[in-house]
Amino acid sequence: MTDRGLEDLLRPLAGQVLGVLVRRYGQFDACEDAVQEALLDASVQWPDSGVPENPKAWLITVASRRLTDEWRSESARRRREATVAALEPSAVPAGPLPGDEVAGEQDDTLTLLFLCCHPALPPASQVALTLRAVGGLTTAEIARAFLVPEATMAQRISRAKQRIKASGTGFHLPSEPERSERLPVVLQVLYLIFNEGYTASSGPGVHRAELTVEAIRLTRAVHALLPDDGEVTGLLALMLLTDARRAARTRPDGIPVPLAEQDRSRWDAEAISEGVSLVSQALASAPLGPYQVQAAIAAIHDEAVRPQDTDWRQILALYGLLERLTPGPAVTLNRAVAVAMVQGPRAGLDVLSTLDGDGRIAGGHRAEAVRAHLLELAGDRDGARAAFTRAARRTTSLPEQRYLQAQAARLTPRGR
Amino acid sequence: MKYMLLIYNNPAFYEAWSEEDRTALFSEVDQIMTELRESGELVAGEALADGSNTKTVRVRDGVPAVTDGPYAEAKEQMVGYITVDCESEERAVQIAARWPDAKYFAMEVRPVMHTTVVDV
Repeated sequence: MTDRGLEDLLRPLAGQVLGVLVRRYGQFDACEDAVQEALLDASVQWPDSGVPENPKAWLITVASRRLTDEWRSESARRRREATVAALEPSAVPAGPLPGDEVAGEQDDTLTLLFLCCHPALPPASQVALTLRAVGGLTTAEIARAFLVPEATMAQRISRAKQRIKASGTGFHLPSEPERSERLPVVLQVLYLIFNEGYTASSGPGVHRAELTVEAIRLTRAVHALLPDDGEVTGLLALMLLTDARRAARTRPDGIPVPLAEQDRSRWDAEAISEGVSLVSQALASAPLGPYQVQAAIAAIHDEAVRPQDTDWRQILALYGLLERLTPGPAVTLNRAVAVAMVQGPRAGLDVLSTLDGDGRIAGGHRAEAVRAHLLELAGDRDGARAAFTRAARRTTSLPEQRYLQAQAARLTPRGR
Repeated sequence: MKYMLLIYNNPAFYEAWSEEDRTALFSEVDQIMTELRESGELVAGEALADGSNTKTVRVRDGVPAVTDGPYAEAKEQMVGYITVDCESEERAVQIAARWPDAKYFAMEVRPVMHTTVVDV
């Protein structure tokens, strides 16, 4: 079995096995460690011994054994009192119990996601814990993806689990009102993971691209569980429509290609088609949320055969809507570009100037990059060059920096 | 987001300290490092040898020139760095402010470039 094949088999099982264990034993943190180790055992043993007939049962058995071994060797008084009776070999079955299948994997994925995306955790911890507990990635894989030492990532995950434990959150779906408050956090974490996968470098980049694949897989799972939720559908659509452009986004030398210059023949037509149909579904449900609107905008871009076919008026209207839903400088910046495409660059620059007083964004690389683009459209090449240069200095993204520097160079008169 | 904290000081300043005070300083640093390890924020960190061990390399017109030093008797020198992965610039600044050398000299907090790119 190939490495990739093994991964594709093991990862979806991670959340399911964890769900079974937590239902049976509680102790989310200990169970999560045990599942992680069982997954590692599988990835080491199965290539030689072959994949067992019931992989999920194998994992449950091995993880359970690790848990009980761990508890036996620990002198933790608390654990001993709570479970010593249950730890007698005759009392604890090593494999799945009849009741394990009843609740179903379905609920567990969502429950796990809510747990891992607990609001008490900072975003980086939500991301790491989700990737491990629900995504089934190893600590090493996650560490590589985020370019930190494995020990650092292990510690981050361990701390996250301790905080969840301290919060006293049980293993159950949040109540309905709490759920509608916390689902956006889950979606945000999934979108964060998706965006982290966008890297222009090779080598370590290979691992990062997996994050995007993982994000889509997890979002599909949530969509299957909550098919009527417009924002979930919207997020999945947004991811598919964005990822559809992946092959065209980067030049061979690693410099990113702007939307207007991408070779659209390299866009993934199937992904676009699925994304567009999901958008229609998403827009049909009320209330409208930001992911639905962003997906609709992405769909308009992706449906344009050539850049000049883009329906900018529609996009502008959607940004107006988005600004009402989630006002903020990032949205205003995008709207400024849309305004420029519909009403001319000077109008776009007027919108941009409304951000001049906003410390969050004024002078930052995104504002300057937009300013540069609009100044160039307005015919002010010198102003554009200066803004591209400023933007290049301010950005912390290497590929973006190269792109901005290249634009400044392009606008530099020869002989200077 | 990753930040590199550059540590500057002048060794002569600490040479005048008592052994006791120096030990207290080192244990302060150890404490911070332990906390950063436990919080999952520490990515890397190294101390650099005293500036007197430095070699400066210049190549002009294809000709390499290597000199010892610089010897910066009265000046601050970079003595080490740590890289942290933390939630915000505020947090990175907070960490830098705790470093003992910040009391007598200055710490530089610099974002580390990454390779993630959203659409340009």
